[in-house]
Amino acid sequence: MRVTRRQAFGLGLGATALILAGPATLPAVAKKAETADDAVKAFTGGAEAKSGKISLTTPEIAENGNTVPVAFEVESPMTAEDHVQEVLVLADGNPRPGVATFHFSELSGEAAASTRIRLAKTQNVVVVAKMSNGSYYMDKRLVKVTIGGCGG
Amino acid sequence: MAKVKPRVKVPRSAKAGEVVTIKTLINHKMESGFRKDKKGELIPRKIINKFTAEFNGKKVFAADVAPAVSANPYFQFKVKVPESGTFKFTWVDDDGTTYTQEKKIKVGG
Repeated sequence: MRVTRRQAFGLGLGATALILAGPATLPAVAKKAETADDAVKAFTGGAEAKSGKISLTTPEIAENGNTVPVAFEVESPMTAEDHVQEVLVLADGNPRPGVATFHFSELSGEAAASTRIRLAKTQNVVVVAKMSNGSYYMDKRLVKVTIGGCGG
Repeated sequence: MAKVKPRVKVPRSAKAGEVVTIKTLINHKMESGFRKDKKGELIPRKIINKFTAEFNGKKVFAADVAPAVSANPYFQFKVKVPESGTFKFTWVDDDGTTYTQEKKIKVGG
């Protein structure tokens, strides 16, 4: 088969698209989720996330969106029977909402962690916790961002 | 790129069953894969995509990381220490490199 100029161009485009899609196939949080709601649904498997149990600490105003400190603590006895298994952190206004998933065990003592995240603009930081008994808890807080932190 | 050097803060000693706070930091650019260079081409993604903490060979804490975590990813978390032992921390880079750091903790009383 002869490859015309037009076909060759299309081929090139396809290859580029593949390369662009490449990083998304790497293990990442909520890689397929388009919105934060989808990501929450994918995480909970459709189960409803109750409010409460989580205390989320974020700055009210973040001057620099490149490093926004986020800390959370989930109320739980953290025993083998009853502990927090996973905690999903999302930023609902980022181009990709997934931030991180934390895995805990009964050896964690307390289901608490803190990290620093990037926020593109003023938005909600959402935290969803998965308990060992299959229930989910959710909390969110608005963070006002002065200078976005996603480059570009 | 500057040498990647993990830094971890673990208390030297603790009481049996005490919940200790651990702070970890690793210098890494966390290139998100969404930024463009001066020619308008995307800079390939290069981040730490996984972090795990083990205590005496048992996984106690882990994080799956997306590009939205800041450069020089910092994690603080808590672990209950029932006995003396060694913590092993592992960071996994997108290019497959792993960085590890070990810290001992002594449990007495």
